[in-house]
Amino acid sequence: MFLINCPYCGERDQQEFKAGGEAHIERPKQPTELSDDEWAEYLFMRKNIKGVQFERWNHAHGCRKWFNMARDTSNDEIKAIYKIGEKPPTQ
Amino acid sequence: MKNKYSIFSLFKNALSYHENWQRAWKDPAPKKEYDAVIVGGGGHGLATAYYLAKKHNMQNIAVVEKGWIGGGNTGRNTTIIRSNYLWDASAGLYDHALKIWEGLSQELNYNVMFSQRGVMNLAHNLQDVRDLKRRTHANRLNGIDAVYLNTEEVKKFCPIINTSQDIRYPVLGGTLQRRAGTARHDAVAWGYARGADEMGVDIIQNCEVKGIKRSGDTIEGIETTKGFIKTKKIGVVAAGHSSVVANMAGLKLPLESKPLQALVSEPVKPIIDTVVMSNAVHAYVSQSDKGELVIGAGTDDYVSYSQKGSHQIVEGTLNAILELYPIFSRMRMLRQWGGIVDICPDASPILSKTSIKGLYFNCGWGTGGFKATPGSGDLFAHTIANDEPHKLNAAFNLNRFVSGDLVDEHGAAAVAH
Repeated sequence: MFLINCPYCGERDQQEFKAGGEAHIERPKQPTELSDDEWAEYLFMRKNIKGVQFERWNHAHGCRKWFNMARDTSNDEIKAIYKIGEKPPTQ
Repeated sequence: MKNKYSIFSLFKNALSYHENWQRAWKDPAPKKEYDAVIVGGGGHGLATAYYLAKKHNMQNIAVVEKGWIGGGNTGRNTTIIRSNYLWDASAGLYDHALKIWEGLSQELNYNVMFSQRGVMNLAHNLQDVRDLKRRTHANRLNGIDAVYLNTEEVKKFCPIINTSQDIRYPVLGGTLQRRAGTARHDAVAWGYARGADEMGVDIIQNCEVKGIKRSGDTIEGIETTKGFIKTKKIGVVAAGHSSVVANMAGLKLPLESKPLQALVSEPVKPIIDTVVMSNAVHAYVSQSDKGELVIGAGTDDYVSYSQKGSHQIVEGTLNAILELYPIFSRMRMLRQWGGIVDICPDASPILSKTSIKGLYFNCGWGTGGFKATPGSGDLFAHTIANDEPHKLNAAFNLNRFVSGDLVDEHGAAAVAH
């Protein structure tokens, strides 16, 4: 269990949040032209990184807004929190 | 040649105060080259090595394990074994395993304490009732024993369950698979390790894989913390770390690794002689031979390799347990832990070849891999030895995520996750 600093509400208990999986997976611009392999890549394949991973979170029991997080999955340490639409931090 | 374990060997060794037991497996340094290397020395990996050596005559193989054998999810699960899955492909896979379990102690000459005490799955709402009845019929069509029980029959089979109809999620019925049960998880790893070692398999512990060397689409060998090992075939059975190993070979898998928690209580006298699972309220419980209640909690929803889960997951499970079993209200919990489970989008495993020749993956068992250990090892050994899947694991290929032919066991199985 950890504390999450919601960019809209401030620091809250993780229990209020819902994890939304890997971030920055772009929806295909031309879905009708996708091959089966490309669909599989978009829908199912995940980096599932051990280390710093970018992911989406939702403040489900709070402001209900989505935001992004950079988190080290090997020890659950949160490295950065940034809003949807912003670029992931480079450091 | 290993000495056979028996009442006589027990007696003989008692005379020397149990100080002269033969070593169960060696501690070899890795050779320069093997015919195949299995990555991961858990139950599934060791079983794979055992069946490769036994049924496919491949003795020049190694199992590399980054920690100690059976120290990962093999020693962290809640030891439940059952095969009452809905779909034909799953029924075939899990019942294959259950049939091997039934003779495993004799085959390995190692007591895995397989106990067919039955697994009961409870229904708490009308949809549960419909789903469980449907699954009972599907199981019986596949030759898997299953019966549907009404509330009174549930109470009769396990009297400590609170079946009063005024609780938040009353018990409306349940299913029972009598051939299902539990086994001692450590013994499964040790039994397979001892059996594989006897046939010449090298079990190399404290040996972490650092890289996979390939030329084009062919495997050349494996980089480890104990040096480079040349091999043409690699079988990866790395559970929660499957994606990490896949990444070394430049592959991506449809997996997410998440923490799954379990806990045990202080030991008490026999109070529950079966396994009871409840999907809707997420509570399942059995009692170990030591007398501890063994309780499985759920997974967290975020990716993590930390082997720690969230407190509220445990709290939610215990709330449900206490409503169903008020008699446990003053039990104290002794230990709690987490393991990292690799979950597939369709909650079914992957036992498959890959786009790289000689690289095979056995992963995606998610929250329910222990029950399949012997079957998984047997079928994965077949896949590696023949470079083709067995008909029982053909449906569990990686390509199903491209073709769309998924084996969707989310909620359809009796799983409590």
